[in-house]
Amino acid sequence: MSEFFTISVLFATLAAGIRLATPYLLAGLGETIGQRSGVLNLGVDGVMQLSAFFAYWTALRTDNLWLAALVGLGVGVVMGVVYGVMTVQFKAEQGISGIGIFLFGLGFSDLMFQRKVGTPTFVPHKLPTVDIPLLSDIPNLGPALFSHSLLTYMAFLMVPLVSLLLSRTTFGTNIRAVGENPEAADSLGVSVARVRYTSIIIGNAMAGVAGTALVLDLGIFQPNLTQGLGFIAVALVYFGAWRAPGVMVGALLYGLVQATVVSWKALEIIPRSWSDIASSAPAVLTIVALVVLAGRISPPAALAKPFDRH
Amino acid sequence: MHRLVSAAVPLMAALAAFACAAVILVALGASPVDGFRAIFSGAFGSVDRLSVTAVRAAPLILVGAGISISFRASVINIGGEGQIIAGALLSTVVALAFPDLPRPVLLPMVLVAGLVGGGIWGAIPGALKAYASVNEILSTIMLNIVAVQFMNFMLRSPLIDPLEIERGTRIPQTERLSDNAALPTLIGGTRLHLGVVVAIVAAIGAYVLLWRTPLGFRLRAVGHSPDAARAAGIPVKRSIVTALALSGSLAGLAGAILVFGSEGQRMVTDGSAAGFTGSAGFNGIVAALFGGLHPLWTIPSAYVFGGLITGANHLQRVLQVPAALAVTLNGIVVMFVVSSSNVRERMSSLLQARSEFRESESTIASEEVVSS
Repeated sequence: MSEFFTISVLFATLAAGIRLATPYLLAGLGETIGQRSGVLNLGVDGVMQLSAFFAYWTALRTDNLWLAALVGLGVGVVMGVVYGVMTVQFKAEQGISGIGIFLFGLGFSDLMFQRKVGTPTFVPHKLPTVDIPLLSDIPNLGPALFSHSLLTYMAFLMVPLVSLLLSRTTFGTNIRAVGENPEAADSLGVSVARVRYTSIIIGNAMAGVAGTALVLDLGIFQPNLTQGLGFIAVALVYFGAWRAPGVMVGALLYGLVQATVVSWKALEIIPRSWSDIASSAPAVLTIVALVVLAGRISPPAALAKPFDRH
Repeated sequence: MHRLVSAAVPLMAALAAFACAAVILVALGASPVDGFRAIFSGAFGSVDRLSVTAVRAAPLILVGAGISISFRASVINIGGEGQIIAGALLSTVVALAFPDLPRPVLLPMVLVAGLVGGGIWGAIPGALKAYASVNEILSTIMLNIVAVQFMNFMLRSPLIDPLEIERGTRIPQTERLSDNAALPTLIGGTRLHLGVVVAIVAAIGAYVLLWRTPLGFRLRAVGHSPDAARAAGIPVKRSIVTALALSGSLAGLAGAILVFGSEGQRMVTDGSAAGFTGSAGFNGIVAALFGGLHPLWTIPSAYVFGGLITGANHLQRVLQVPAALAVTLNGIVVMFVVSSSNVRERMSSLLQARSEFRESESTIASEEVVSS
């Protein structure tokens, strides 16, 4: 245990935690926007896997990470339109429709991977880290906080942006209005359908970037790459009480727990035979968090309720 | 008329999925005609294929019937994967503990152990929902992840086949389990085993339970309106736990059948999430939705989806199109089925009570806060 509590290991774990928090944060913020508009999207995990595969494939073929990220975002947008048609247009039951998206993403990314790539191959270049001048020179803390990939910086920059979007803009007010009381919003002339479509598409696009960040960080794709990460991102929204900073705290907590588990496995603080049990820590933590938080905060009133204009 | 429309919806969804499958096959450079022919002959082409399909359908029947029970009580159970694993693990432990019991004793024992294991794993999210207002969709998904990791631990350490350690191959699997626990083959020369009959009987049992017993009446009453049920003196919270426990126990039975109907007569995984279950916990949801969330209709529906799995495996062998096509199509079927209008109305009327329960719970909770 003492080997864990050394400056270098602790800061390395912190750095890894922030890196691992990135996909949780991006996907969780996207889901927050969707849920604030009243739409539950359980398909995040599937969207992440689809985007991860197509971003990976693009990076493998072109060695262009910008293009790969754009493809990942695009896949998210497409899936957002699909989910919008299902839930807004056809008013599908949201507790179960996301499972359709999940299965499609799980299966199709696997299918494409086996058919188009076959043997797992690393991309020529992984997501590069960018050192922020001066700040990254701070001893210990600098490399831990200010030496990350652009997608990680972007994810954390999205926290204030999503907060501002929801609280200070007209569009954000509309999102909250259709999530709380769509009838009232509708009577005031707000198009519930348009606001929900837009929120879902933004949310799925962010899930797409989350999948991209995950795969370009690892540098390699494998079937079921996310291993439930997208579902935990949905739970993070509850954890964060439907607010961006709360989601960030949750994402960081998950990143740090995961980094600690990895570090403890490497240092053999956790015996190798127990490493599978330790890997379930994020899921157990989610259940505990849901128990502690349940009933203390209330979700958007119209969450998962389709809107019918009479 | 209404019945006709109900029957038409799955057919339309199936046609739409077929159209998508054709597009995917073309995109992958395979001929759709050859592809469909391979899927069909792989699924239903001979007595042998028909029986393999039935074996693949058995866990889907059980999970699907379980999902139907929980849905009728207005509870969404997405925890089939975890409940299958819990049932399989407990039944495996029982078979390892009592290998020498005679078959008429041991076989029922391992099946009951499957029911119990899955039932416990289902009761947990049930209790969390009933007594702590935890959203069961999220908790069942999390418990799937926990179960997979726990299974990997069990099959890599305490339950691993000693031979795997000796040989150094370390495949996460148990030793060959007692033959006295094996599900007997029904038709010589085929894979068709007793587990298929058990699954069908259990699905019929689920139907009888829901519509012919006082317990089923209570579950459906809670599903219809928790407030009205409470007013009528029905214990709502306990009913929710019961619904998820029953749903989980059928999935757990599927887990036991996967182990004791397997060719290797052992519990084995490959370290991946679906390594042991073959995603039966999710595919069962698809079968249940396709069967209109009715335990009896789930039986033919599960047979169709079992056929899709065996057909896709055949497709992989013949045309080198990965069998993951089956999962992809399952996803597409769900997307179409939930989007079709009368399923939507049916489901929203079934799940109306979900939000009612949530609201009445939060009213009670806030009243408690006010009074304290």
